[in-house]
Amino acid sequence: MQLSREDLLEAYRRMRLIREFEDAVHEEFAAGNIPGFVHLYAGEEASAVGMCMHLDDRDRIASTHRGHGHCIAKGCDPRAMMLEIFGKREGLCAGKGGSMHIADLEKGMMGANGIVGGGPPLICGAALAAKTLGTGGVAVAFVGDGGSNQGTTLESYNLAKVWNLPAIFVIEDNGYAESTASSWSVGGSQTGRAAGFGMPGVEVDGFDFFAVWEAAREAVERAREGGGPSLLHVRLGRYYGHFEGDACTYRAPDEVERLKAEKDPLMLFRRRVGEAGLLEPTDLDAIDREAREQIARAVSDAKAAGYPTEADLLTDVYASY
Amino acid sequence: MSEGIEAVVMPKWGLAMQEGMLAAWLVEEGETVARGQEIAEIETSKIANVFESPAAGVLRRRVAREGETLPVGALLAVLAPASVHEEAIDRFVAEFEARFAEALAARKAEAAPEPATLEAGGRRIRYLEVGEGEGPPVLFLHGFGGDLTSWSLNQEALAGERRTLALDLPGHGGSDKRIARGDLEELAEAVAAFLDTLGLSRVHLVGHSLGGAVALRFALDRPGRVASLTLVAPAGFGEEIADAYLEGFLRERRAKKLRPVLEMLVRDPTMIGREMVEEVLRYKRLDGVPEALAKIRERCFGGGRQRILLRDRLAELPMPVQVLWGREDRILPARQAEGLPEGVAVTILEECGHLAHMEKAEACNAALRRFLAGG
Amino acid sequence: MPKKSFRQAVNEALRQEMERDPTVVVMGEDVAGGMGAPGEQDAWGGPLGVTKGLMPQFGRERVLDTPISESAFIGAAVGAAATGLRPVAELMFVDFMGVCFDQIFNQAAKFRYMFGGKATTPVVIRTMYGAGFRAASQHSQCLYNIFTHIPGLKVAIPSNAYEAKGLLIQAIRDDDPVMFFEHKAMYDEEAEVPDEPYAIPFGEANLVREGEDVTIVALGRMVNVARDAADRLEGEGISCTVVDLRTTSPLDRETVLETAAETGRVVVVDEAHPRCSVATDIAALIAQEAFESLEAPVRMVTAPHAPVPFSPALEDLYIPSADRIAEAVREVHGHGRR
Repeated sequence: MQLSREDLLEAYRRMRLIREFEDAVHEEFAAGNIPGFVHLYAGEEASAVGMCMHLDDRDRIASTHRGHGHCIAKGCDPRAMMLEIFGKREGLCAGKGGSMHIADLEKGMMGANGIVGGGPPLICGAALAAKTLGTGGVAVAFVGDGGSNQGTTLESYNLAKVWNLPAIFVIEDNGYAESTASSWSVGGSQTGRAAGFGMPGVEVDGFDFFAVWEAAREAVERAREGGGPSLLHVRLGRYYGHFEGDACTYRAPDEVERLKAEKDPLMLFRRRVGEAGLLEPTDLDAIDREAREQIARAVSDAKAAGYPTEADLLTDVYASY
Repeated sequence: MSEGIEAVVMPKWGLAMQEGMLAAWLVEEGETVARGQEIAEIETSKIANVFESPAAGVLRRRVAREGETLPVGALLAVLAPASVHEEAIDRFVAEFEARFAEALAARKAEAAPEPATLEAGGRRIRYLEVGEGEGPPVLFLHGFGGDLTSWSLNQEALAGERRTLALDLPGHGGSDKRIARGDLEELAEAVAAFLDTLGLSRVHLVGHSLGGAVALRFALDRPGRVASLTLVAPAGFGEEIADAYLEGFLRERRAKKLRPVLEMLVRDPTMIGREMVEEVLRYKRLDGVPEALAKIRERCFGGGRQRILLRDRLAELPMPVQVLWGREDRILPARQAEGLPEGVAVTILEECGHLAHMEKAEACNAALRRFLAGG
Repeated sequence: MPKKSFRQAVNEALRQEMERDPTVVVMGEDVAGGMGAPGEQDAWGGPLGVTKGLMPQFGRERVLDTPISESAFIGAAVGAAATGLRPVAELMFVDFMGVCFDQIFNQAAKFRYMFGGKATTPVVIRTMYGAGFRAASQHSQCLYNIFTHIPGLKVAIPSNAYEAKGLLIQAIRDDDPVMFFEHKAMYDEEAEVPDEPYAIPFGEANLVREGEDVTIVALGRMVNVARDAADRLEGEGISCTVVDLRTTSPLDRETVLETAAETGRVVVVDEAHPRCSVATDIAALIAQEAFESLEAPVRMVTAPHAPVPFSPALEDLYIPSADRIAEAVREVHGHGRR
């Protein structure tokens, strides 16, 4: 299986949209325009997009508190997301979820999740539903290195294995669980854990879209064909803090600058497709421009949009009550 | 046994009655009562009613307390002349209760007749069969929202002389709840299939309310299969019907709200016991019931009036026909029984509502016996 | 009408709903039993045999034994509910919620609201509760009050076999997450239960008994204990209304307040601990909304603020009894009378 020109353009478009989105949220948060907590995905784009390029609307993903990238990669509308993050009534979740709970079930996006380790059990359920209903769908849990230590995650490995579910666990290891280094907090290795549960696990360079895409392809094919769960240990880096406002004093002084200069996934993608003569720089520049404009419009729309009213306070607690 | 002492016991009102609750005493100890005088109110799982003294005498002892639930046959009170000593009454009560305890233990071994089910015309039909005898059996057809137990006061009374059957119409009781159209033809068709399955070529039909209209439809379409027709407050005799009753019956989901609706059925609202209300609620919760009842209502009584007028065709019927109606029927007015063709015997029951066969069970049973004997 | 045990009623509700709707699946620890073992299959049907016979009829694909791994499979039930199935997960004892509570109260309960009304999560979590089995502190609690507290969850607590079948069918058909509480000491208790499927709507309390003097509000197994007390009191000339709440969320406020106002004297009976409980909730509701019609302070009869003890001698003291209820009723009945 090869990436077509259209696939490459689409992958780049999604990664660029994520980057523009997160940079814009960073700015707007700093300006005091966004309430609550936000956790940004900038720097990690290749992971979400490398996986989600293999998925369609019958496939489900569960995300983390750092979920904007997964949403965009899975096809959520960035404008509606931006309105949500601003707490507006026309937001993707009517202003009731916010950054940590963005979901779009029609797109198979089962929600960012405010609970670390909240996603993997849900994904076992989505995989079970796909299997029981025979949709051919797979389910993917994105989990941070912090979440990889939760009992829910380890229990889910076991359940996915014994039920032989079309489930994939993507451990996005950005090096830090909040301020604690994953090199310290994770006993053993992620792939060793996968092996312990009898499931294939591979370590992937998460700065390299093509490496993620290839590893994800194998895991998705295995799941679709009834081969059971897999694990991807994706090593990557985040550009911003754990949350916006994090001074990141626990990081090495030049760590982020070096990441940006040497490992930026968008830069690496451009270099790769350029060297291989797959895409012209002008194609990519056009995407950059469009993405910037699209996100700028989303921000101005979000600023202009109205807040929910008291009439919305008690709606949608139940389907019926 | 002391001379002149009489036991007043918990009556058995209908086949299903196993026990009753003495709701209230209407006479004090020491009062002289006449035979047939109302002396207590008794509630059964089905219905509440006044209890008439089976004999005359002085009510010397009220044995049952108000609110107490007792099995059929249990001692409620003692009648005796004023001259009988208290000690004699004590002895009588003690002996009675000892004997009754034995009898009760023996009775528990016997089973009450249980409804059965059969497949007829692609439907499950529940029915209760009691009694045997020569000649065509009697088949009872209940009304809208009712079931075969509504004939419990009548079926047993007739079962001594002949075979009796009561069925649950489609959409009702323990029968299949699927209804295709909800018209009389469909219901009469189900009755025919039921009789075919049992190999019964000819029956005496007794129908109440909607069941009356079904019986009439059946008799018009299959006159050879009906030996006689008894219609109790039947539908199909005029446009007027209490739509508020139908509406409330379908709508109300709580006992408190449903009770006043059911009270429209009877002259004396205290007859509607809490168990009866509860049973209707339980029935309405069964899958398919609201849909079935809505269809029947729409086809037969849509727009708040009866759409199934059949009275003009009574004259066509070759078999004997009688009509029984409560004067104070608030669902289908008794005046719909006026001006019927000659030869249709009409009995209007005074102080009686829509549930004539329950409210005036004795009178209805007597009328039925006479009619069946003559026919 | 056929008499069936509480166990049969629950089993029949599950079976009939699985027959009606192919998206209904059952999962939990040993719900079939014998998975992967060399001996009998469907060996258990749940620890008390409630789900026995479902696996042979519907297969392992729809009756899923799980590892002892509550947070994974309760979470899976929630995730499956959000993506097209109607799972009925069995959390064997409600006491085990400690290891899977997140999946219930942060995930299932909040999806709909957090996602702006776009999620439906029709999951049912069946669980055993209650004392009387000499099962001690970690297998005997009630805890329904904790779930009642959480918006987004519904909580059903049937008081007999008839109620169990109808409320469970409603729970399965309901589009919201439902916690379904089965008292472990009631599985052999029988009631008349129709063969046909039926649903009892949530949020409609049942008047088990109607009286004039005192209103007893109860739930679950305590409804029957309260009725025993009321039967006994009838002989003393005190007539009681007994309200079975059926569901604590939604709560039938109307019936509680109406029956409280009718008698002006209320006893609330709850098998759970007394603090922040259904009992305090009902008492507070009545104090706030029906104060003017009260003739006496609302009394609560509950378990004490202590864990459930093991020794039969202690456990029997622990559980609210008909005697204690009757005593409380006499007290509120006598209040203010000369």
